[in-house]
Amino acid sequence: MTMSAADTAWMLVSTALVLLMTPALGFFYGGLVRAKNTLNTIMMSVAALGFVGVAWAVIGYSLAFDPGWPLVGSASRAFLRGVGLEAQGTIPHLLFMAYQATFAIITAALVSGAIVERMRFGPYLAFITAWSVVVYAPIAHWVWGGGWLASLGALDFAGGTVVHINAGAAALVAALVLGPRKDYGRQAILPHSVPFTVLGAGLLWFGWFGFNAGSALGASPSAALAFVNTLLAPAATLVVWTLMDLRRTGKVTAVGGATAIVVGLVAITPAAGFVGPMSGLVLGALAAFPSYYALLWRARTRLDDSLDVVAAHGLGGTVGALLTGVLAQKAWNGTADGALFGNPKQLAVQALAVVASIVYSAALTWGLMKAIGAVTALRAAAPDEGLGLDVSQHGEEAYARGEGAILIPADSVAGPVGAAITPVLQAGEGRP
Amino acid sequence: MKLVVAVVRPDKLSAVLEALFHEEVRGLTIGRVQGHGGETERVETYRGTTVKMDLSEKVRLEIGVSDHFVAPTVNAILASARTGTVGDGKIFVLPVEKVYRIRTAEEDQDAVTPVERAVRA
Repeated sequence: MTMSAADTAWMLVSTALVLLMTPALGFFYGGLVRAKNTLNTIMMSVAALGFVGVAWAVIGYSLAFDPGWPLVGSASRAFLRGVGLEAQGTIPHLLFMAYQATFAIITAALVSGAIVERMRFGPYLAFITAWSVVVYAPIAHWVWGGGWLASLGALDFAGGTVVHINAGAAALVAALVLGPRKDYGRQAILPHSVPFTVLGAGLLWFGWFGFNAGSALGASPSAALAFVNTLLAPAATLVVWTLMDLRRTGKVTAVGGATAIVVGLVAITPAAGFVGPMSGLVLGALAAFPSYYALLWRARTRLDDSLDVVAAHGLGGTVGALLTGVLAQKAWNGTADGALFGNPKQLAVQALAVVASIVYSAALTWGLMKAIGAVTALRAAAPDEGLGLDVSQHGEEAYARGEGAILIPADSVAGPVGAAITPVLQAGEGRP
Repeated sequence: MKLVVAVVRPDKLSAVLEALFHEEVRGLTIGRVQGHGGETERVETYRGTTVKMDLSEKVRLEIGVSDHFVAPTVNAILASARTGTVGDGKIFVLPVEKVYRIRTAEEDQDAVTPVERAVRA
């Protein structure tokens, strides 16, 4: 195929849009935690930009998109060997790699929502880096890299199974292995900055146009369809969510609104380029129900999936993937019909893709968490958790006031900061 | 009457309030404060600036109680605010010269007795 300037331009923009979603997710999550854990939560997303980004170039891309075998690619494109400026479809191969990198990054960051406010940062970095290679890359290969689900004809336009169901299953297992926060179920744990969360949801929606419409891999009619569905489905979810909030409590909440937007975006992701706009509205509206009730139910359990990754992404993604098998319409996508348009087999294939992703992701995530946990403690010590992870893991505060902060002269800072300074401080005079 | 002033860790506040409620201590005032006891300073770094944070976030509770409530109040705080590491805080018990309840202009013992208790008595 020949290179297209228009397609290349749109994919350059889409790649930047999707990359923005990861810091946006940091704000979405950061607003939902307590003030003392703000930076740790944001850094869990930010770190993925670096660690998963590097892992993707080193080996992840090769495992996901090299033809390889039905279950996984090969290592032949490790370190981007042979990934140059030649055409991959109608865009430079290197750009295709970068676009896919942004997906790997945000998928790993999504998992963090289940384990905030208690996991040590070092083991977290090891976890997401390894996870992006051994869990994300193979599932991406199954669906998009010419793997076995692609051969079966599973439809996943922009990552319902690969990104959201995968992240949801991993989140469930990671939260179970790590255990609940020490305050969970004992005292109220409230979001410290709802405006952050709404800001994050808004930026996620903006970036999601690149996520979904960019998944057409070109400036095409298919991209326009995905774009419009990305506009309409979350709108429908937001309306239904609002009405359910009104009916249940008589009040419409901002956290609920932000959550509804994300749930709608998640649900339309697998369907974006496969269903018509009215089907998109229906899909978005239907997606509100399971997630809404799952959120209410989860909070009463001992499952501390702290920021409800399972309810929003796992369940939203599952609803979207299954409804793709119902509402897909060849008249719109030129590829396949769903059950509603005379092809019930599609729904079965979708269900198989959902189950396979959940099983693989859950099993490997369990193994990874246990393996890292065997080497080092996964959880912060209880006093550190009480103090907050911003200070205990990062030595920073989100809202430092600077009162009582004493400048340490630069010449006394040498080597590892803590080790060098602590004895100096403890020898200090003038203790009241 | 005494004024019990307690300075505790912010993350222990919920436990303290629960313990006080359990002891039927109802009237209290709290505020977020910063202070320094004997705890090790935290070192924080912002770009090239390294600082030691001498002041820690604490919560101060002020509880006006009649004399026979002093021991249960203090014990409740001692039991609920303790972690065993430096920085758990302090409790001060101060004599009180005069107390007025603004709504009724009741004084002293009456002023620090919870309403439903007074009604029952």
